[in-house]
Amino acid sequence: MELERTYHFKKTLEKKERFAPGHRLCAGCGAGIAVRGVLRALNEEDRAVIGNATGCLEVSSFLYPYTAYEDSYIHTAFESAGASLSGVEAAYNALKRKGKVKDTVKFITFGGDGGTYDIGFQSLSGAMERGHDLTYVCYDNEAYMNTGIQRSSSTPRFASATTSPAGSVVPGKKQNKKNLTDIIAAHNVPYVAQTTFIGNFRDLYTKARKAIYTPGATFLNVMAPCPRGWEYPAEMLPEICRLAVETCVWPLFEVENGVWRLSYEPKKKLPVEEYLRMQGRFRHMFKPGNEWMIEAAQKSVDENWEKLLAKCLG
Amino acid sequence: MNYNDRLSGNEAIAFAMKQIDPDVMAAFPITPSTEIPQYFAQYVANGEVNTEYVPVESEHSSMSACIGAQAAGARAVTATSSAGLALMYEMMYVASSSRLPITLACVNRALTGPININNDHSDSMGIRDAGWIQIYAENNQEAYDNFLQAMPIGEHPDVRLPVMICQDGFITSHALENITLLDTESVKAFVGEYNPENYLLKKENPLAIGPYDLGCHYMEHKIQQAESMKFAKERILEVAAEFEKISGRKYGLFEEYQMEDAEVALVLIGSSAGTAKAAVEELREQGVKAGLIKIRVFRPFPAEEIAEALKNVKAVAIMDKAESFSAQGGPLFAEVRSALYDLESRPKAVGYVYGLGGRDITPQHFQGVYGRLLDIAKGGDLGPVYTHLGQRG
Repeated sequence: MELERTYHFKKTLEKKERFAPGHRLCAGCGAGIAVRGVLRALNEEDRAVIGNATGCLEVSSFLYPYTAYEDSYIHTAFESAGASLSGVEAAYNALKRKGKVKDTVKFITFGGDGGTYDIGFQSLSGAMERGHDLTYVCYDNEAYMNTGIQRSSSTPRFASATTSPAGSVVPGKKQNKKNLTDIIAAHNVPYVAQTTFIGNFRDLYTKARKAIYTPGATFLNVMAPCPRGWEYPAEMLPEICRLAVETCVWPLFEVENGVWRLSYEPKKKLPVEEYLRMQGRFRHMFKPGNEWMIEAAQKSVDENWEKLLAKCLG
Repeated sequence: MNYNDRLSGNEAIAFAMKQIDPDVMAAFPITPSTEIPQYFAQYVANGEVNTEYVPVESEHSSMSACIGAQAAGARAVTATSSAGLALMYEMMYVASSSRLPITLACVNRALTGPININNDHSDSMGIRDAGWIQIYAENNQEAYDNFLQAMPIGEHPDVRLPVMICQDGFITSHALENITLLDTESVKAFVGEYNPENYLLKKENPLAIGPYDLGCHYMEHKIQQAESMKFAKERILEVAAEFEKISGRKYGLFEEYQMEDAEVALVLIGSSAGTAKAAVEELREQGVKAGLIKIRVFRPFPAEEIAEALKNVKAVAIMDKAESFSAQGGPLFAEVRSALYDLESRPKAVGYVYGLGGRDITPQHFQGVYGRLLDIAKGGDLGPVYTHLGQRG
């Protein structure tokens, strides 16, 4: 299908909400924003089945007997979102062939970084490799927030988490963040993109539409900050997202049929320090004597940015 | 029209699946059940079925995909053994608590530690409390017949529980036997269409599955599952009666062999029943009143019926093909001995664990057990109630 080239912010916001108010996510949480933003990209006449890995989003949006979803929804377990939605999509194909289902149904599943980068990585990889016609959306808040801010393979180096706390000997998490978007791109699926909440949501909306309406398995990685784990005041969420992009900590890009494309290039790349300073999880990096941590973080961001530029321009 | 063919147990299950033509099959290979998805994938490749085949990357995902498919409104099947079933463990509970009548062909194999590919029942016994109906087969014919009965049992609106159809790895799964098959038209008419009331893809009424239950609802949901499992016993017998009409083969919750006047009896599960029957025959020729109960349905457990069948027996040996490491016998022993408790006068009961990791069991072994039961029946010493049988030394 031909997707519109122009984005109308007001018209988009006027679309009927598919993620209803009344869910129990925290104020200033990125997960709910990700779900609302992605579901807004559905054509209003299309039905959807929403999948979900266990996590904050699941326990806050489907407490029996209340569901926040206007569409059908399935949660099975922490590590099974990719496989469960594969089964739903397979059932759709079978029932459509038999004439038992006639209209268009889209399949979108949400998982946090725990359910996506770590415990659900295998079932996600399987679903991508098999090429089911579905979209997997990771709302990446860089730790296991639902169980109380434990480190994940998505937690950036130096971040203090409850299983990688900063102490007098260990400076927070020792390892760099896993580059999952690249790993999924290496599955050679037709569409992979990285986005977050920027300005008028144009980036999230257009990428979600491409992901949902590109036939085959597609993947969206959405940086979705967590006020408890990252330690910021709820109202600072847009500013944190903006700085993540302007410092190139979280670059916006897409990989469409193997072609890498940068969605946004900061006019002046800001120092990573500005992004780190806003968050309590990096507090220890600003203590005297720990300057090397900020330098190391900057070096890592620079290296990743150069690699990305090479892929996008090369 | 019934007709005869020579099929292995795995072929019989794959053929039953082909006749049923389910909407979705999701499976991952593991010995000795591997042939089932292999045969089925060939049916798909040849266009002989209309099924979506999902070649998943693990058994955890095969059960997850079956849950998604069945929840979406489709009929989903899978097959596995041993470590594969163990990897599904978490999702087995999700399937049963979501009330999704998935059908799983379990080809019983020992659980790893050490790795062993041969038959015992430690895999399905380990998962006996996951809320699945469990039906066991003695031979290839029963494996085929049980699989055809699974969906009419599990999909009944008052049951809505997943069903596991078990057979003994290699002993029946890989051995060829002459069995009688039903024609596909009769199978389709017997099994019927899957028409759930609510499902994810239903246009008129979106459905949410897999909630977070707080303390105020969780227990009620579990009791609903438990009540359905109680009702399942009745449904299993109804379906067996319907099946007898089209096949001429009679099934119950368990088979009673030479039990009318039995003074000593064995209770066991699966292919060992054939071996035990040979022992019973020989003893009967010597005038010994030996009998046998072969469990077909382990979940729901037919406790009252077993107590009734054993009430006139003087001594009974309950034979487990699985260790439970309870230090006092296997799971079947625990269930059967508990079932006997309400009888006014109870038979003496002993338990044996045998056949682990494919260890052979012979008619001579069983004759030895009957010999001990005869001693006990005559007032001899009961001896240790929990022992092993068939080990070296």
